[in-house]
Amino acid sequence: MEDTITAISTALGVGAISIIRVSGNEAINIVNKIFKGKDLSKVDSHTINYGHIVDGDKIIDEVLVSIMRAPKTFTREDIVEINVHGGIATTNKVLELLLINGCRLAEPGEFTKRAFLNGRIDLIEAEGVMDLINAKTEKSRDLAINQVSGSVSNLIIDLRQSLVDVLVNIEVNIDYPEYEDIEVMTIEMVKDRISNIREKIKEILNKSENGKIIKEGIKTIIIGRPNVGKSSILNRLLDEEKAIVTDVAGTTRDIVEGQISIDGIILNIIDTAGIRETQDIVESIGVKKSLSLIDEADLILYVLNNNDELSSEDLEILDKIKNKNSIVIINKTDLDSKVNVDKINHQNIVMMSALNNDGIDLLKQKIKKLFNLELIEQNDYTYLSSARSIVLLKKALESLASVEEGINNNMPIDMIEIDLKDVWNLLGDIIGVNYSEELIDQLFSQFCLGK
Amino acid sequence: MCGDTMYEIIVVGGGHAGCEASLASARKGHKTLLITGNIKNIADMPCNPSIGGSAKGIVVREIDALGGEMGRNADKSLLQIKMLNSAKGPAVQALRAQADKITYPKEMLKTLEATANLDIKEAIVEDLIVDNNIVKGVVLENGEKIESQCVILTTGTYLKADILVGDTRTRQGPHGEKPSNHLSDKLRNYGFNVIRLKTGTPQRIAKDSIDYSKAKKEEGDKKYLTFSYDMKPQYKIEEQVPCYLIYTTDETKKIILDNLNKSSMYGGLNDIKGVGPRYCPSIEDKMVRFKDKEKHQLFLEPESLYYDDIYIQGFSTSMPRDIQEKMVHSLPGLEHAKILKYAYAIEYDAIDAKQLKQSLETKVIENLFTAGQINGTSGYEEAACQGLMAGINASLKLEGKEPLILKRNEAYIGVLIDDLVTKGIIDPYRLLTSRAEYRLLLRNDNADLRLTDYGYKVGLISEDRYKRFNDKKEKIKELEKVLKENKITPTEETNKYLESINTTILKDGITLYDFLKRPEITFEHLEHFIKLDYDDDIKEQIMINNKYEGYIVKANKEAAKMVDLDNKKIPDDIDYDKIHNLASEAKQKLKQIRPTSIGQAIRISGVNPADISLIMVYLKKEYLYESK
Repeated sequence: MEDTITAISTALGVGAISIIRVSGNEAINIVNKIFKGKDLSKVDSHTINYGHIVDGDKIIDEVLVSIMRAPKTFTREDIVEINVHGGIATTNKVLELLLINGCRLAEPGEFTKRAFLNGRIDLIEAEGVMDLINAKTEKSRDLAINQVSGSVSNLIIDLRQSLVDVLVNIEVNIDYPEYEDIEVMTIEMVKDRISNIREKIKEILNKSENGKIIKEGIKTIIIGRPNVGKSSILNRLLDEEKAIVTDVAGTTRDIVEGQISIDGIILNIIDTAGIRETQDIVESIGVKKSLSLIDEADLILYVLNNNDELSSEDLEILDKIKNKNSIVIINKTDLDSKVNVDKINHQNIVMMSALNNDGIDLLKQKIKKLFNLELIEQNDYTYLSSARSIVLLKKALESLASVEEGINNNMPIDMIEIDLKDVWNLLGDIIGVNYSEELIDQLFSQFCLGK
Repeated sequence: MCGDTMYEIIVVGGGHAGCEASLASARKGHKTLLITGNIKNIADMPCNPSIGGSAKGIVVREIDALGGEMGRNADKSLLQIKMLNSAKGPAVQALRAQADKITYPKEMLKTLEATANLDIKEAIVEDLIVDNNIVKGVVLENGEKIESQCVILTTGTYLKADILVGDTRTRQGPHGEKPSNHLSDKLRNYGFNVIRLKTGTPQRIAKDSIDYSKAKKEEGDKKYLTFSYDMKPQYKIEEQVPCYLIYTTDETKKIILDNLNKSSMYGGLNDIKGVGPRYCPSIEDKMVRFKDKEKHQLFLEPESLYYDDIYIQGFSTSMPRDIQEKMVHSLPGLEHAKILKYAYAIEYDAIDAKQLKQSLETKVIENLFTAGQINGTSGYEEAACQGLMAGINASLKLEGKEPLILKRNEAYIGVLIDDLVTKGIIDPYRLLTSRAEYRLLLRNDNADLRLTDYGYKVGLISEDRYKRFNDKKEKIKELEKVLKENKITPTEETNKYLESINTTILKDGITLYDFLKRPEITFEHLEHFIKLDYDDDIKEQIMINNKYEGYIVKANKEAAKMVDLDNKKIPDDIDYDKIHNLASEAKQKLKQIRPTSIGQAIRISGVNPADISLIMVYLKKEYLYESK
């Protein structure tokens, strides 16, 4: 067996969340030695555990530790990921403790190498990641980045470019105030640009929601009229995958009744009490309550009886869910079909017989497709970067709020630029651009200055 | 101290770096010799007639706070002065002055000559005396040897200087001065990486041959300003000399583009090795790189009250003289202009600043320091501040003391030196506000508060001045206390006044300090409630700290993180080969730059977080090993 390796798997960013990854058969034991919280050797696979990293009695950081046992991991070895609050010193301290307790620092690309050697990914995918790690030039690195995180990365690059135009213009106004032929970036102009940038960041955040869902689980409800087979479907799902002990109080407001893991992606089934006790969530709590549940859920499984016609409530709810992540399950295909499928205006319909265990796999495929899980599953760099990028993007939004506050308080433009630069740096952290001369290069390439 | 050598410190070169270096060393009581090719050219301003500017003006204030001379000397020779960015925030304001090119060197020479422990000698230095990698003195062109304990090289553009005009290359320095032909080769032999750089300067025009009616007048500020915290204004506001703004014409563009291949840089010469500064492109560079731009801004700047030359800022070129004539005559108001000096480009040798320690002592030869353009910078101010630091640190070394190393959150000087020795340069380095991460802390107004203590500690600030400085600090504290201890209450009268000045009325009592935080409130308003008999500079400090508190707190927090990492020292004798798994690029850079702290290591491009962790783990293990 290979030795256990570790590395910081996120770009260095002061103040951002950093993730330290450990892979190998000793991974869980080693982390356990420096973790204060639950006994990690006893927790289930694919769980996130809250606790502290300690050095003897000294608490180093408050962390979330993801435990992923072989073989369903990126490297097909046990993997532990420690989410630390960041800061170079803290991150390094945690890494140091891991090294002292028996890990070896991973060589560049070693996680990927193991994933490849263990048959987890094919060579083309491995090359994409290796390119990123070994990229020698800006251009080749950008290319590698695009391969890894695709469209989000492009969006971030665009946002940074529109920010850099503002920043460079402000900087050139500061450094070359005597140049009358250079446009002066005014507060009004900044206001315009940032509202545009803020909207785009929000949009990306929404799109990245999938990534967050992967991390925190997909909030799922199963609803439908009485006796359509909701609990059988739930039990089928629970039978299929080992149910994970529910111990997430405090992490969500919802009462999570059960967790189902689909290839490592967690479904949090909420409010199943309604299903189990009364067998009839729509009837017992009414359409109104169902609708509010629908609003809160990430995934709605709406169950219909193949052997029954559609009711007006069905149609009302089907109408509400058609623009949400939802799947219509037509259960009881073992019985005669009376349901009027033509009237169901929905993209995702799964025919199923929970009784005969028929269609469960299809349902899982649909769910994976709905959340783009296939892509995420293939390459956990995407998923890592989006979990991290959400934090960074939210920080960027906070800094944008500071920009606005500054504008409202009549701060001079060079003060406002400080927060604006923060936004730019945070976005840079997301795509791993950390090139301090970038702004200066831009300054001289965009403006004509000289003696 | 002096041992059996006659001089403790020899400074080679009498430009802005050399002057500061020799003054600092002599003022600290060390027997100093300044060697220059021509005494007449001491503190010469071979390029633009201005001192200061964005970021650079703040450096001049920093030099002054540390006990250097540039600020005082500029104040003695002002033709015009203004505060740049006065409409922006305090962090980016900076002084820019036109300095008289006759008065400035004259005053500096006067100061040098009046300084005890300082001798000046006219000679060209062609080699060093080096024994066992320790410098022991210099060798002159005629073979004469002069011994010393430290040597500071401030050779400017004079190492193998070549003047380039059109297709001609002439081995000489500015003003046709004699360059040093061998010193850079010797340095290469000693183990320095010698690089070739290039810069340029525009034409000088006879004042009376210009028709100013076609130009826009640019005047100095109507308020008295000084660079030095310790000088009273030496000029009269109404007697300031104006500059003029003009633009290139279509004709200019056509002449340049039609004759491009005649420029030294565009084919006139095919052996150009020097890398020119990005921020100081020649006019032909600008025309080529910014093709779409119709016209380029130029300034006509007076050089002196004592002669006729007008400097065309923005028109630097290496075109042959006949084309230069046509170019100048295509400018509005300069149709009949008489060119007194032609523009030229200059190529010169410099060393790789990555071979320097933060103290500016070289890593290659002990007790050898370098400062100014030899280190790859450009600009009088950049040179002067390095000269000052080299002078201070050479002296401290002689005294057996730790060097003075300014951090990036303490001074632009710290930013400059850290950039040079950590990142190295490709083109001549100019300071910009954008290079400073903590520019909000590095302001024009607080250079004295940041640095006077250091200046006093190294012995360059007099007791007298230090007392005045401490009085100022006390006053600031006192005023802050007054404002924090005095409240205004929501009386009918108070609220009536508040309404009259368009600010929200009070419901509860509020301290004057908190009241001042309102964007629309100034000290003038506070004086309605309380008499505040304090100087403007005292109020300014309170005002800035009060109004920008949130930003300053944040900047200080960020800076503290950096300082923390800078305080994690890496021992001199660390062997990077012993650290397993370091990425090869990181290892190579670390071996070359040999950072003194974790903080500096992080700033090296190509050194990754994982590498930093490895170093930290290695240091910890080594430390445990040693302490056993």
